[in-house]
Formats: sequence, C-alpha cells, structure tokens
Amino acid sequence: MAATTVRGVVSAEPPESFARRLRQSLRTPIGAAALAAALLLAALAVAGPVVFGDQASKIDTSAMNQGVSGAHLLGTDSLGRDIAARVIVATRLTLRLGLSATAIGLVGGLLLGLAPSVLGRRAGRAVTGVVGVLVAFPGLLFVLFLATIFGIGSTGAVLAIGLALVPTLARLIQNLATSVAGSDYVATARILGVGRFRIVVRHVLPNIVEPVVLFAAQAATGSLIAFAGLSFLGLGVQSPDYDWGRLLNEGLSRIYVNPASALAPGVAVVLAGLVFALLGEAVAQTGGRRTAARAVPAARTPVAMNADGGLAQTPADVDGDALAQLTHLRVSFPGGRTAVRDVSLSVAAGEAVGLVGESGSGKSLTALALAHLVPYPGHVQGVVRFDGHDLLADPRSGRRLGAELAMVFQDPMTSLNPALRVGRQLAEVSEVHLGQSRKAALARAVDRLAAVGIPDPERRARQRPHEYSGGMRQRAFIGMGLMAEPRLIIADEPTTALDVTVQKQVLELLGRVRADSGAALLLISHDLGVVAEVCDRVLVMYAGRVVEELPVSRLFQGAAHPYTRALIGAIPTMTTDLDRELATIPGRPPEPGEEISGCAFATRCAFARDRCRGELPVLAPAAGGAGHRVACWYPRAGDGGTVTDDTDTDDTDTGITRAESEAVA
Amino acid sequence: MARVEIANAGVDPGGPAAPGGGAGRTAPVGAVPVLRRAAAALTGDTWPGFLVRRTGRLSASLGVVVTASFAMIHLIPGDPVRAALGIAADPAQVAARRHDLGLDRPLPAQYGSFLANLFHGRLGDSIVSQMPVSQIISDRLPATLQLVIPAVLLILLAGIPIGMLAAVLTRDGRRRRGELAFAATTGILAALPEFLLAVGLVAVFAVWWQLFPVAGQSDLSSYVLPVLSLTVVPAASLSRVVRVEALRVLREDYMRTARAKRLPARLVYLRHALPNLLTSSLTIGGLLFTSLLAGTVLVENVFAWPGLGSTIVQAITTKDYPLVQGVVLVYGAAALLITFAVDVAVAAIDPRSTVRGT
Repeated sequence: MAATTVRGVVSAEPPESFARRLRQSLRTPIGAAALAAALLLAALAVAGPVVFGDQASKIDTSAMNQGVSGAHLLGTDSLGRDIAARVIVATRLTLRLGLSATAIGLVGGLLLGLAPSVLGRRAGRAVTGVVGVLVAFPGLLFVLFLATIFGIGSTGAVLAIGLALVPTLARLIQNLATSVAGSDYVATARILGVGRFRIVVRHVLPNIVEPVVLFAAQAATGSLIAFAGLSFLGLGVQSPDYDWGRLLNEGLSRIYVNPASALAPGVAVVLAGLVFALLGEAVAQTGGRRTAARAVPAARTPVAMNADGGLAQTPADVDGDALAQLTHLRVSFPGGRTAVRDVSLSVAAGEAVGLVGESGSGKSLTALALAHLVPYPGHVQGVVRFDGHDLLADPRSGRRLGAELAMVFQDPMTSLNPALRVGRQLAEVSEVHLGQSRKAALARAVDRLAAVGIPDPERRARQRPHEYSGGMRQRAFIGMGLMAEPRLIIADEPTTALDVTVQKQVLELLGRVRADSGAALLLISHDLGVVAEVCDRVLVMYAGRVVEELPVSRLFQGAAHPYTRALIGAIPTMTTDLDRELATIPGRPPEPGEEISGCAFATRCAFARDRCRGELPVLAPAAGGAGHRVACWYPRAGDGGTVTDDTDTDDTDTGITRAESEAVA
Repeated sequence: MARVEIANAGVDPGGPAAPGGGAGRTAPVGAVPVLRRAAAALTGDTWPGFLVRRTGRLSASLGVVVTASFAMIHLIPGDPVRAALGIAADPAQVAARRHDLGLDRPLPAQYGSFLANLFHGRLGDSIVSQMPVSQIISDRLPATLQLVIPAVLLILLAGIPIGMLAAVLTRDGRRRRGELAFAATTGILAALPEFLLAVGLVAVFAVWWQLFPVAGQSDLSSYVLPVLSLTVVPAASLSRVVRVEALRVLREDYMRTARAKRLPARLVYLRHALPNLLTSSLTIGGLLFTSLLAGTVLVENVFAWPGLGSTIVQAITTKDYPLVQGVVLVYGAAALLITFAVDVAVAAIDPRSTVRGT
C-alpha cells in the first residue's frame, strides 16, 4: 500500500480532487460503514454523558457488585453504579484524550518529518538520525518512560502517548516528503529559486495530505489502545474520572463476580479502534482509486500446475511413434480468454521441432501443456501424451516426466533458486528420480556441470546462482536437465535473455547435448534464424492455432502461409538496406478473448478475401510436398509473392516484404 | 554485477573476487593502500564492513538509552525525592536521601559515576525497598523470560507454517473464500491489543471454563494463558507477512523450475520456497519481537505475573525512580539487541541481503 500511495503522491495532482475522491469513497460500502460508525461514536461521545451521566454516577449501596440483570445490563460496580452507563459515559473522555494525544503526535511528526526538507543538509541529517534511533524503541516503553517524567494522570498520559507517537509518524512523513522532494516539479521549483520553506508549504505538504490522513487514522487507533493500556495500568486517568482503560482495570479485579464488567470496556476499545481503522481504510481506498484508475491491468504470471483433466480423448488421433503428442489441445482461462485453440503436434524420438510465433501466439502455453505445467487457473483440454501415457487422465504419470523431460526456460537469471547452491539444485533431480544418495548425486552434478562446459565445476557447484554469469546459468540449467536420462528437452526461448555471442554457445551446447543423449527437442522461439539452425521441422503458430507446419528445408523457399512469409520477410539480414525502415507486419494480433469467425490473420493479410473473414481455414496438406501442411484458403506458392490464383499480386505496399531467405540460412 | 561479486567476497572467501585481492597485488604494499583497503572494507558492501557499521549503530543507540535513563530523573519536574517521600517528609530525611542518590553533586559528576556504576553492574538502590536495583531486576527477569522465550518460539512455530499453508492453498487466486476468511481472521487477531485479548482469555478459559488459573505464577498451567496472550497477536501478524512473502516467492520463475523438476511438494515448499521467504519475514519478525517486550508489561499486569513488567509499573506508581531507571535500561537494551541480532541473522542467511547496504 505504501508503495502505491507514494507513487500516487509523486504524480502531483491538485489537492482539491482529494476531497472529491474522499466523498466518492465514502459512498462505497466500507466508506459508508466507516462514516456511519464514526457518526455513531461521535453521537455517543456528545450525548452519552448528558443522557446517562446521572445513572453512571449514582451510588446505590443496595446494589453493589451485581451481575448482569434486567435493571443493570452489565451489572454494577463496587459502589452500585451501573456499568453499562459508565461505559457509555466514558466514551467522551476516552475519545478526547486519545484524539488529543493523536494531535500532539501529528503536529510533532509533521514538524520533525518536514524538518529535514526545510533545514540544511547537515541539520536535516541530524534530525533523521535522531528519529531513526527513537523509532527502534517499542512504543509502550517510550510511553512508560515519558509517563514517569510527566507524572501519573491524564495530562501526563496525553503528553506521553502523544510524544511517543512522534518518532514513527516523523519517519513516515520524512519518507513521503523525501519522495515528493525528489520529483521533477520540486526540482524545477528549486532551480527557479523558490525557498525551502515555500517548497515545503506549497509543493510538499499538499501532496502528502492523503497518506498523512491515513497515518493519522492509524495513530488514533494506536493512541486509543495505548491510553486504554496506560489507564488499565493505573498510570493514566485517575479516580474519580474514568475512561475505558480505568473501567477495565476496575472490572478485571471483579472478573470472577462479573466477567461482563471487564469485557465490556475492552470490547468498547476494540470497536472504537475498528471505527478508526475503517476510516483509515476509506481514506486508503481514495488513494487506491486514483492509482487503480491509472494502472494498466497487470498480466498475472501464475505458475502452478493444473491437474484437472480435459475432454474425452479421441483414440483415433493417437500416433504410436510419437514420443510426445498433443491432440486438439485447448488452453483457456476464466473470463473467456483462450490462449491455445485446437493445437495438435507430435515430436518423434530424437527429432528436433521448432515452434515459432510472436508473443501471445500461445506457443509457450502449448509447450507448458506438453510438460504438464500450465499455470493455474489455466484449463487444459484435449489429449497430452508422453511416451504413451495420458498425462491429463493420470496426473501421477507426470512424475516420470521429472526424469525423462527436461525444461529450459527463457530467463536463466530468475529460473535458478537464488537461495540454494547450484550443485544442490542439480543433485536433487537424480536424488528424487533416480534414488541416488546425496553424495553420488552431487558427484553426478559436478560431472554434468563439466559436461555443459562449466570450468572448475567442483568449486562452481558449491556456489549460488548469483555468482554465475547469465550464459553460465543457462549452461547449468541445461546441465540440470541432463541429471537423469532426458528423452525430450523443451526449450522455451532459451537464448532470448542472453547476449548474441552467448546465444550461439548455448545453441551449440543444445545441439551437442542432443547428439550425445539422443533426446528429442521442442524449441520455442520467435527467432526463425535460430529455429532454422537447430530444428528438423517447424510449426508456426498464430493467435493460438498452428497455421503452418513444414520441414525446415522448405521454410525459406516454400512457406505457403502469408503469415510465415511475413515473418521471414521481417528478418533483417546482412543484405537488408539499412536506410529503409525494418520490415514489420502491420496491424496487431487478436486479443486472446476475441472470437474470430474466420482466419485470425485475415485483418492483417494482404491476400484476404471474404472467405478468409467468414470461414476458419483448417490445417491441410499443402502443395509443397510431404510433411507440409498449411491452414490457409489461398496459400502462396513459389519463391515469393505469387498467388495460386488470379488475384491481385501486387504486394509492394502491404508491408509484407519478400523473403530474403538465402542470406539467413 | 561488480557489486554483487564484491558482496560475495565477504561471505565466500573462495569466490571469484577475494576482498581487495586485485588491488592488493598490483599496488605497492604500504600504509596508504592498506588504510584505503581497510576504509573500503568498512564503507563498502562487505560482511566485516556491515558488522562494524551495525555494531557502531548499536553502540550509539545503547548510548542514547543509557543517557536517557540517566536524564529521566533530572527531567522530572520538581524534586523527585520529595515526590517519592511525600510532601510531609522531614526535610533532613529528604536531604539525606538526595545525598544518598548523589543528586546534590554537579550533573557531569553524576553522569560519570552513573556510567562507572553501570559498568560495574550497579544501578543504585530502590527508594521504596532499599534493595539494590540490580538485585530486584535479577530476581524478576527470569519470570519475564519464562514468558518471552516460549512466546517467541510459538510465534515462529505457528506464524511461519500457517502463513505458508495459507499461501499454498490460496496461490494464484485459488480458494477466494478461504483467502478472505484467512485475511479477516488474522487481521482481527493481529489488530487486537494483547492485554484485551488477555482479559478475554481469562474470562473464557479461567472464569467460565475454569481450565487455567486466573492469575499468578505457579505450576505449568499458570503459564498457558499469559504465553497465549503474548503469542496470538504477533503470530497472526507474522502469518500475514509470511503469506504475502510466500505468494511472491511462489510466483518466481525458480518455483516453476522446481515444479518442472517434479519434486515432491515437501521439497518444493520447504527447500525451494522457505529459505527465500525467511529473510524478509525475519526482518519483520524482529519488529514483532521488540513489541513483544512491551506486550509483557501489560500482560504481566493482567496476570499479576511477578516479572519485570509488573515491577516497572509498581515502580512508576510508587515513584521509585532508580528502579524505573534500571528497568527502562534493561528493556531498552533488550529491544536494541533483538533488532541487532535479527539484522545480523538476516545478513548471514541471505548473502544478497539489502539490510547490509544500510
């Protein structure tokens, strides 16, 4: 909360709008409840002593120490006075004392908190230092210390509690003032020669009003409770006056006779504290509304596993030879977002398959579905098979994936656990899945680190990831996949986060690992060049569907889908004219929630016709030959922009440039 | 990156950049580079530098506590001795007591002997009972520790697992209702003042059900309610903090890695998540422990517990200023030492700790 508040503060807004926003948030349920409760409390404080004053102070020797009864709702005290009336009457004194202490704390906190902004650097630092030391002490000890100095009684307690609030409030206000003072408009004012005092009054103060109101509400709760504590200890309000703390003190000594007499004032303190907390909440909502209105809805990146199953499988689709197979995969999220729509793919043993597409095309989720790692609340439907086992139908079979499926993620900087030694992170794989002893597993980890080209692996195994460079972490990560006997490696943008020279080394390493282990590879990338270098077969995804599937040998000469061609055309090469703008694909991909009746690419496609917009093209064998399938009503043929039928062939102004493919390969 | 490398050097001597290694070999060995290196070690982001700076801050704060407890008796308006002995006291007796307390000497001399006495563990004598303050404190301290130590252990043993469990069950928006219930329950518990909770516990468990004694220190059952009163509120706060931290950790990429490795849930959460949320939780835990000290004052008074907390309140009520001075000193020093210990522990657990930069 603090962070968002501060952010809201820095983006300066006129303070008038705060009042307006406050009125708005008082109309929300919490705001309305806070307002109603505060009004009730105020009414009790004002009218309580007038209405119940006589009843609360009337000594009745015939009704001493009575329990709960119809005449005395909460019983009577040792002088026969009605406790319910006394609790109500005490509201006024309790609130007056608590709020006075809050006021002292707030004034002191503002003075000390803003002092560093007004005073010079050295004096300011001294104030900050003193506040820093004082904040370290628990509030109540500070209160007791001050109460000793100011003496026992209401006045001393108000001073003690008020002053004890100062350090905490000063620290909070200091932080706020510093963040505002660091903003551009204050810097501008300073350059313009506006004095420090004026800057504080004109620029800093109006911009911290909102959080300070929130702090004040919290401080009010705190001082109410502190006062109750102090009076309870006999150091606050003295007889014959009484506040809730004093009543609690008197009630506790009679708790055997009448528990209600001890509980009622305690409940009163808690309820009043709740009212202030609610008010603070309402104010915080005001701040939250401002930031919420501005914030772009953040994309959540949940990372949990989804174990629930999907549709009834269709056995006809099972491919006996495939090591890993997805059939009619659909990954959807609550709220109608469907990220993957009807994707089928298979990876044969030892094969290298590339999965390309731009961000949001669903390629990563497809890979995660294959690894049974789709994040919650993603819903996976279809059939996911690994080595003949249906992962969705039998989630327990996922365990074997630990040994036979290796994952390599995009960002090696965040994918290794920072708290654990690298050797340990590798070793646990074979400990868990191969049942190796701790020692044997660690020896294997060192061996694997050596195998992925990490120098001095014994020492490196004892280090934590932050002592590794980015490339080394990705190597170690690949090494982790080799701890068992992987039959499939899924690499999700393994080189995207690395710099170019390291990218090449990591790709070479992946190739070598594959050659050594005979594992199949599913490489997810948006980089056609990388895929062409490593893979045998390529699948192109767009808006959650596979739009083309072809052997890598045909990628640059024989691609039939306009989208694939556009992707190829967008690759800058050594021969690209540097003076011309880089080729891009115009328009934007559809949102995951959008329902499209025809081809999702139609709006960006220069060759789209009515049929494309109205009817969904299905993946069908292309003219190119074996293993080439395309989902397009009007697939392109030949080495360029010619079309199979007689429509407009002029594509010079479509933004889709011709493939300059040879240079890439 | 360089910053990180230097940071490791302090923790792992075998790391790539031993402290000052590179500079030391090329520069001629002399007084100036040695000093410069020493200065760099103390101001830089290194382990010894952190310890030195943190110890310096601790000493300065302890100095403030000592001076404040000394100053207290002089800050009291009027004559503290007369206030303690009462208006009707014999002037000669007041003068004699003033002399006993050394209040008739010049202020700097009083401060000097206060420090000297403190160094020898002497805190003066109680005005009321005439007993040495250090004696009273060592008599009463064990009773307080017997509440604080079990409470701290229980707070950790309850707060961390409950918070983690709540995080695991409600991660990524699972079980929205459960999340609400957890937030509401712990929110209310964490907002309760300890002494009001104590009164409530007494009413329910001691008066109505008569399971435990209402007050006093006797057999084991008399510890249950005071320890519980001290535990519930901080444990609720800690579990909230741990849950938020655990949710953050569970969203990290390395947790996806742990799942991709198909480790058993036990390893995923205990080995991969727990160490990463421990440091930030401990930092906040330190604050909870210092406020626990304050909590003992009120809770001891609810239960008439013969510890330091009830001692200080009696001393304030009877204006026994030397005793107040002594107990304030003990509480203040304890709060500072707890904060120091937590900071050092956090820096030791987490080599990348941000605490060290401060």
